[in-house]
Amino acid sequence: MGFGPHIERHEMTPGELNITTETLDEMLIVRPTGEVDLGCATLLQENLATALAGTTNKLIIDLVGVPYMDSSGVATLVEAMQVARRNNINLLLCNMQDRVRSIFEIARLDTVFVIVDDIDAARGV
Amino acid sequence: MSMSEPQLQIKLLSDPQLLGPVRGIVKASAEKAGFDADSASHLCLAVDEGLANIIRHGYESDHEQPIWMSIWFEADDQPGLTIHIEDEAQQVDPSTIRSRDLEEVRPGGLGVHLIQEIMDECSWEKRGDKGMILKLRKRLPGNLTGCGSSGPDDGDGIER
Repeated sequence: MGFGPHIERHEMTPGELNITTETLDEMLIVRPTGEVDLGCATLLQENLATALAGTTNKLIIDLVGVPYMDSSGVATLVEAMQVARRNNINLLLCNMQDRVRSIFEIARLDTVFVIVDDIDAARGV
Repeated sequence: MSMSEPQLQIKLLSDPQLLGPVRGIVKASAEKAGFDADSASHLCLAVDEGLANIIRHGYESDHEQPIWMSIWFEADDQPGLTIHIEDEAQQVDPSTIRSRDLEEVRPGGLGVHLIQEIMDECSWEKRGDKGMILKLRKRLPGNLTGCGSSGPDDGDGIER
């Protein structure tokens, strides 16, 4: 691997949810782009399972490209968080848009996850 | 209560891939009714959760079954939106549909809670002898006053 970030592109679904995985320093960053609902939560679940199996340190889920998420997406993140905790992996959410954050607040999960502003903030956690 | 014909009515199949297009319709309807963008997004979420519950639990992920959504734009002394979502899935006792205990952090079971928190009124009823009707109502201005109790029931129920 060179000095730059290593980015892998996994299964793509045009017009729906795209997911990239990037290794930056010792952090693994999963970056979904699109609306997360029942129709595509399984795709996110699969990508997160792969990411969790491939890291022992820190997993960041960058939600900068997610303008909408329903309870299927939230459940997927809760499941990933539980797997991470069992395996002593530091799982962080970052770049959460306000409307997605409001769903976490309504579900009272905003204090359960570690949510940071951006990737730079995640480095120090 | 007798209701006039809905101004907008669609039939869709119980296919999760249709949730996005339906959200587009609900968002446009909410904005036409006068809701701001944040409230429109919450309305989309409530409808999305209602449809997802029907697809996952009512039709047990059979993606070929019918769902009907009707929308009334209400401009009387309590302007807002009324949305009914009907299915032909197996009927359940409406009193058993509930949110789960939010203190217990685990995947799933959040849909009913989200619907109750977002909508001013929400109820599940049996639809004749086949299927269920989810009745949703949101008044302008869109305050998230919620339509249900803040906590779950203690008794047995169906967490959705």
